[in-house]
Amino acid sequence: MSTVTTAAPDRSAAPAGAVRSWKTPILLAVLALVALLVFGAGAPRNNVTFRLSDPNDAIVLPDLVLPAVATGWLTAVVLAALAVLAVLAVRRGAAVPVWLVAVFAVLFLIGFLTWVVGSANNPNVALYGLLAGSVTLAVPLIFGSLSGVLSERSGVVNIAIEGQLLFGAFAAAVAASVSGSAIVGLFAAALAGVIVSFLLAVFSIRYIVNQVIVGVVLNVLVSGLTGFLFSSVLSKDAEMWNSPPRLPVLSIPVLSEIPILGPILFEQTIVGYLMYIAVAVVYVALFRSRWGLRTRAVGEHPKAADTLGVNVNRMRFMNVLLAGVVAGVGGSFFTLVSVSGFGRDMTAGQGYIALAALIFGRWNPIGAFFAALLFGFATNLSNVLSLLGTPVPDQFLRMLPYVVTVFAVAGLVGRSRAPGASGIPYVKG
Amino acid sequence: MSPQENPPVTPDTAGGQPPTRRAAQEAAREEERRLEAAAETGGGQVPPPAVPASPAALTAAGPGDEQPLMQRIMTGNALVAVLAVVLSLILGGLLIAVTDEDVARSASYFFSRPMDTIGAAWSAASGAYAALFQGSVFNAGGDSFARMIYPLTQTLTVATPLICAGLGVALAFRAGLFNIGAQGQILIGATLAGWVGFTANLPFGLHLLLVILAGMLGGAIWGGLVGVLKARTGAHEVILTIMLNYIAINLVLYLLSTPGFQRPGSTNPISPQLEATALYPPLLGSGFRLHWGFIVAVLATVFVWWLLNRSTVGFELRAVGANATAARTAGVSVSRGYILAMAIAGALAGLAGVAQVAGTEKVLTSGVAASFGFDAITVALLGRSSPWGTFAAGLLFGAFRAGGVTMQASTGTSIDIVLVVQSLIVLFIAAPPLVRSLFRLPTPGAIPSAGARRNRKTAATGGAA
Repeated sequence: MSTVTTAAPDRSAAPAGAVRSWKTPILLAVLALVALLVFGAGAPRNNVTFRLSDPNDAIVLPDLVLPAVATGWLTAVVLAALAVLAVLAVRRGAAVPVWLVAVFAVLFLIGFLTWVVGSANNPNVALYGLLAGSVTLAVPLIFGSLSGVLSERSGVVNIAIEGQLLFGAFAAAVAASVSGSAIVGLFAAALAGVIVSFLLAVFSIRYIVNQVIVGVVLNVLVSGLTGFLFSSVLSKDAEMWNSPPRLPVLSIPVLSEIPILGPILFEQTIVGYLMYIAVAVVYVALFRSRWGLRTRAVGEHPKAADTLGVNVNRMRFMNVLLAGVVAGVGGSFFTLVSVSGFGRDMTAGQGYIALAALIFGRWNPIGAFFAALLFGFATNLSNVLSLLGTPVPDQFLRMLPYVVTVFAVAGLVGRSRAPGASGIPYVKG
Repeated sequence: MSPQENPPVTPDTAGGQPPTRRAAQEAAREEERRLEAAAETGGGQVPPPAVPASPAALTAAGPGDEQPLMQRIMTGNALVAVLAVVLSLILGGLLIAVTDEDVARSASYFFSRPMDTIGAAWSAASGAYAALFQGSVFNAGGDSFARMIYPLTQTLTVATPLICAGLGVALAFRAGLFNIGAQGQILIGATLAGWVGFTANLPFGLHLLLVILAGMLGGAIWGGLVGVLKARTGAHEVILTIMLNYIAINLVLYLLSTPGFQRPGSTNPISPQLEATALYPPLLGSGFRLHWGFIVAVLATVFVWWLLNRSTVGFELRAVGANATAARTAGVSVSRGYILAMAIAGALAGLAGVAQVAGTEKVLTSGVAASFGFDAITVALLGRSSPWGTFAAGLLFGAFRAGGVTMQASTGTSIDIVLVVQSLIVLFIAAPPLVRSLFRLPTPGAIPSAGARRNRKTAATGGAA
């Protein structure tokens, strides 16, 4: 019998038939060339200062001062050597080792930072602020992509992350304003995420509507609904409806004094701590628990799971609802942590970026976490650099996160495999 | 159970044969699902079956071939579509009423005079919808015929980019690609078209042609890039299109900050007006904003219909979309399919950009694409990825958008309600069983199933008694 078979396009793409993939070495060689020309030959003639800790911290690390020319040439030469190694590896018929790519990425980043900060009017940047800001920017993305992991691992494509985040942000703002308590807002955000998820689940599981359609449409629905309520209710009496208290920053004594890592790990709001907990819990649960095994089974081969007595559609329904909780809490970040108050379409496409992080992280919680961090870092870097006044036009700096993602996806990650049954409704029989 | 259901199967007695009953039930359910699937496929990444699933064909496929006319109307897809629109408008109206201030005021004394609340709710919702209609179709208060039909021409003007970009999204869908990137493709198309429009100095006709080609080229490059990257590296098109949207808007913002794209002596991010020779001529005279871009959109629809249904390339694209592995086995180049589909989709979105920059706006700004690229996705989904369906959906959404502006201006109802109604329509149309159950309509081909269900009920109660 014919069910709605929405074949995920990437699954049907060409099998990795080519024995030798020259993609990665070519990308590395091009980047190494860029490094030689720009970081090496085009290095600014001054010293670059990286501040590692705030002068008011308990433990103050000395500033890291690098000569731009020497650092540029050194990184460029090492990058070129790594590219040659990659070429040699592929010529031998082996794959490019992961460590090589990782080292390459880190070195390239150091080279780039030195060059771009060195060329700025003020060659001095607070590295600790750059990193802490990246994590903050990544928080909603991480929640969003975890929501995607939960839903898609069980076989339901979740395009509605954007809607879940936005509705979570809206509900958090309204509930926290009315009740005067940010914690109530947090719960309301989770509930709002569940409402969006419930619609996604009902339409895609019960009524077998194409999951991509439901997701996209739910995003539009939430955008319209929150926008309508914003202009017809919230903005008319902002005092009553749209002035939520913020979640306080809870710093853990002693631990938060650790240089660089302290503020990132131990000086967060509840939402920030929940984010770390959620990543760990989802990872462990997904790969180490019975629930996780069942979730993955339902997402990869629902028929087999059904044969073994797992109720496929109920499993999927529950997972989609859970995904809503996670994304809803992520949405509260916008109104309870980032800014105090809801604004029209304030998530601004972050849900789609989270979707990209999910695919980039290969449907793995840890992978999605790092993909989202990379994105947060690139975004924050462009913010910081535009403040420093670099020769690169502002618009190109703002393009940075997106360009980095395109390069990463096309050059390094490539063909990513979605869970086997993702997007395909399960109809018994 | 609705009175229209006249089960041909006589209700069983309690002692009927369960296996037969179950079999009939199973068969009916199977049939129902098959029909649902047939109705669904067009909406997503899978093209509809080879045989067009017209409402008549759908109902005729049921077991009872000789159905009365009423039965056929009640089970048809057209009725579901109409009911979906009605239902969405009702829900939207409720939302307008609930948030209305007059309603809130009269609701405070609801129990003493409930009619006040209901009256206020009715006037809020009906007033908003009347304004919506007046702004999108026909303005009865106009002093001349031209003023009366002016709203309709506005609808067509707004629908033009929606149709073009929607066709692009729909075409990519049919090739199995989820193109979220229409926004970026419109922007790049509009930029290139605009640049040719305000720099070149050419005779009328040739100039416009070049503008159109430049717009299509811009869109095709931006879309084709996704196709190439996907085909060569296997990168996911959803990521690529999202990222390219952001890159496109930043690129346009950058270009608009350079002197080459600014008005002489100004540093505002707005381009010079396009040369008169580069503009689409008005279609109905200078009193209306409707321009020849609409005719181009109609032609584009015809072209996409021909491409998908009558050409070899279109067949290959649909084959790739339906089952890439099978297509490859059959000798179709999947890579070529991806690249072609995205390039053509981009060119169509580029046409939307041309319609904006050379028709409606006449200048290039960073807001030239408005949100047409994202609306186009919903348009394509509502149109079930068929060319004429997309065309009709584009008209409907154009009407909502044009009318929404009037509504917001005259009744103060936020235009966002339009988004709510639009998305509800798409949701309901995509789930016919939900609409049927809400309005208690019979399911197509489910006559024996209804009978079987009733049998089971009688069997259950009868057995207990």
